[in-house]
Amino acid sequence: MLTLSILIPLLASLGLFVWSDATKDKARRVALGASALSLICLIIVWLGFDSGPEAPAFQAVSEVGWIDALGVAWRVGVDGMSLAVSLMSGLLFLCAIAWPAETKGRARQYYAWFLFLQGVSLGLFLTLDLLIFYVFFDLTLVGMYFLIGRWGHDQAEYAALKFFVYTLAGSLAILLAILGLVLANDTLTFDMPALIAAQPLGGTDLRASLILLGFLVGFAIKTPLVPFHTWLPLAHVEAPGPASAVLAGVLLKMGTYGMVRIPFQMMRETFAAYAFPLAIVALVAILWGALVALGQTNLKRRIAYTSVNHMGYTVLGIAAAGAMIGSDSVRTLALSGAVTEMVAHGLITGALFLIAGSFYTRTGTYDLARYGGLARIAPLLMAAYFLSAFASFGLPGLAGFVAEFQIFAGSFGVYPVLAAIGLLGLVVTAALFLMMGQQIFFGTPAPGMMAIKDLKPAEIGPLAVLLVLVVLIGLLPGWLLDMIQTGSAFAPFQAVGGAQ
Amino acid sequence: MPLGDILPEIAVLLTAVAIVLLASFLPRRLQWTGAPVALAGLAIAALFLLAQASGEARATFSQTYALDMASVEGRLLILFATAVTVLLSPRWFATDQRHGEFYAMLLFSTLGAMVLAGALDLLLVLIGVLLSSATGYVLAAYHRDWALSVEAGMKYFLVGALANTALALGATFMIGMLGYPGFGEMAAALAVGEASPLLLVGLGLVVIGMAYKLGAVPAHAWLPDVAEGAPAPAAAFLTVAPKIGAAIALARLVSLFPETGFAIRPLVAALAVITMTLGNLAALWQDDMRRMLGWSSVSQAGYLLMAVTVAGLSDQAMPALLIFLAGYTAANLAAFAAVTHLRGRTARNDYAGLLKTAPFAAIALIIAFLSLVGIPPLGGFLGKLELFLVTIDGGYGWLAVAALFNTVLSLVYYLRFAVPMIWREPSGTLYRLGAWSAVALGIALAATVAVGLLAQAILGPLAGAAFLP
Repeated sequence: MLTLSILIPLLASLGLFVWSDATKDKARRVALGASALSLICLIIVWLGFDSGPEAPAFQAVSEVGWIDALGVAWRVGVDGMSLAVSLMSGLLFLCAIAWPAETKGRARQYYAWFLFLQGVSLGLFLTLDLLIFYVFFDLTLVGMYFLIGRWGHDQAEYAALKFFVYTLAGSLAILLAILGLVLANDTLTFDMPALIAAQPLGGTDLRASLILLGFLVGFAIKTPLVPFHTWLPLAHVEAPGPASAVLAGVLLKMGTYGMVRIPFQMMRETFAAYAFPLAIVALVAILWGALVALGQTNLKRRIAYTSVNHMGYTVLGIAAAGAMIGSDSVRTLALSGAVTEMVAHGLITGALFLIAGSFYTRTGTYDLARYGGLARIAPLLMAAYFLSAFASFGLPGLAGFVAEFQIFAGSFGVYPVLAAIGLLGLVVTAALFLMMGQQIFFGTPAPGMMAIKDLKPAEIGPLAVLLVLVVLIGLLPGWLLDMIQTGSAFAPFQAVGGAQ
Repeated sequence: MPLGDILPEIAVLLTAVAIVLLASFLPRRLQWTGAPVALAGLAIAALFLLAQASGEARATFSQTYALDMASVEGRLLILFATAVTVLLSPRWFATDQRHGEFYAMLLFSTLGAMVLAGALDLLLVLIGVLLSSATGYVLAAYHRDWALSVEAGMKYFLVGALANTALALGATFMIGMLGYPGFGEMAAALAVGEASPLLLVGLGLVVIGMAYKLGAVPAHAWLPDVAEGAPAPAAAFLTVAPKIGAAIALARLVSLFPETGFAIRPLVAALAVITMTLGNLAALWQDDMRRMLGWSSVSQAGYLLMAVTVAGLSDQAMPALLIFLAGYTAANLAAFAAVTHLRGRTARNDYAGLLKTAPFAAIALIIAFLSLVGIPPLGGFLGKLELFLVTIDGGYGWLAVAALFNTVLSLVYYLRFAVPMIWREPSGTLYRLGAWSAVALGIALAATVAVGLLAQAILGPLAGAAFLP
């Protein structure tokens, strides 16, 4: 079933590439159908998901041999974390595809690339094989490269190139680290559960440290953390709205998801030893992201930098959870917060970028100074914007709050000082979102803004789905948290011995 | 004489001789029949080779010729490269007066590369290199009336003459110091002996000689010129087939040496880094597709030296070398096949908008580029993955890091050529070569993808197999 949810979009994508006389309308319908089918497969897995205390580490597992000589096989399976993140991704892709996009006369290729990206993104979250993980990690770069480069704005080619080169460097660092980790194991296998059980590397000797560094740098580029974030604003600004939504909502999660799944789970002792420096980097990302976002005059750049800030929270939670100080419950809280933040940030920022896309299709500019007084002209747009913005800076009752509350509650138990400083980030983001809202919606309408139309039904649909979920998670977080805290990532750690 | 052991080589040789005879009697309009004859000969040779793929490793002809899986797969790869080249040729040489002989020359060169892939004796290595070089000069300069082609042949010849002399001299020194030309006896002598200056000088000279066939520093200078000036099918062949043979021969030679006491592995590692870096840096500035491919081929030689470095240290080194060669062969052939299919069009600007005007060739080029970068799940990815794996395993982790930076660098110039194809507006008229080259392109493209997806077919027989010596 998991394999199906990966294959359906990939096959549909291939079909669209080959089907040369597909009209825009037909291509869109195919894309919607395939994307929805893939999501349905995930939902079926979710319905059968056992979140009880006796649940196995990974569920819905299946395996087909591929390169036996290297111990590589097609392995899929989910625990609570990957199921939550992939459900969110599937939904966000569906919304992004449903979004009425400007396809520049190449609708067929546009939807094909989107489906391709959906397939490989889900593959990344669902696979249980390190090499396949890497394969999908790289393929997301290819998909995104074409989406940004072909359907982006003025500087699209440069932005796409920078994105590709930057993240390829990161992914190769991950590849070297993966190989180092696999070689440290006694048998040559890329099987994730086996490696988690084996904990092939412990301690802080040079080799383990370098391998951890490889993972952290690679994932930090993807996440992105300061100082590896410089590709992000450019890529976001130049990408078309739905691609931005997917980039922020799904692709950035690959960094944090990978961080939990691989270094955090497979080399716990080494990770614990370096958790504090990682937490400091996360803190820098939180503050830097928030402050730089405040200084931006470009709508999309501003949202992009808040992503740096939010992913900083996530990494702070992961670092606190991996530090092996404090009680079990505190660490569970921090990790659960980090995973919830992945889901929440995906939904919220996805919505925000779709809204930014709506602005752009109406005005052709992201320059904040040219906006003003839209409140009366586009009330629906305003409602959607403020709901997402409130959720983004963590207003209680919305999804962002659930995530950030857990992260900070958990981190206070581990790194109280860092957590206290990190709270400043929340204040700054609150300020910047409110100021941005003020600029866009209040005051006298700027010239040229009078003719703007409010949201179309095709835009309302996806936004409504995302925002309803944001509210639902905010009010009733129980079902999500139960799911997230099931399985492998949250299993209590037993030291297997080895060098300390 | 166990002639049955070299049936594949005999098949290639007899086919070549038959084509020479055929070409001298056939009228010009029928010269193309050399191509199907060559293909048939290659197919027969491949069948003989498959019969040798039993998994056991044995040496034949007084322990001078290896019949292990490395030799079998290496020679199969060479035959594959030749077959694709043959498919590219009929229309390209259609107006050439000496069209038919091209196939004979190609097969003789193939024979040289095959000998290299199986050689277990320094003298046999020398013979293989000379046979492959002497025919290579002719292939490179086949367009006698075109200055660039003649220049390519000349450069290939001059560098080759020097490198082959170095190889002969070095082989003499090594045989003299160790007492034997056979790899098996050399290994035994090395295990007990010490490094003498003369032996090291000989070794260095041999490495230079082999670097020439690989297109690696310090004897790489011919490669960009051949890629640019040689007839495009010949360029496809010369940037691939000799490399396969030479890489396997050099890996066998390096694996003879004990881990310590001889500076051979650090030397090869240093050459690897210099070669890949130089190739990539030079490729950054090219505005000519074929020259760029030539420099990229230099950098790929640097990557393959990574596996040679750890030959004998990691038992995965030979499988890594072969899967990398397979991925590289397929991708490089696909790229040159696309160039040939477009009648040798080569300026970067001429490729603008190719995705619209010739989608098949453009997609093939893009996939070949991605494979050369090492994007999964294409063939090049599996090759690089295995290279990284063995270098880390063999204790040369820094080499893998150097290759990492080079890979990122290489992405830039491949994209420099890919981007105009995808996003610029087409200009000028487009000429295609016809069905033969389209078939060749399709085969090479399919191989590029298949080496990645069906890697088990290549790696499976190699896993656990013994390699000579």
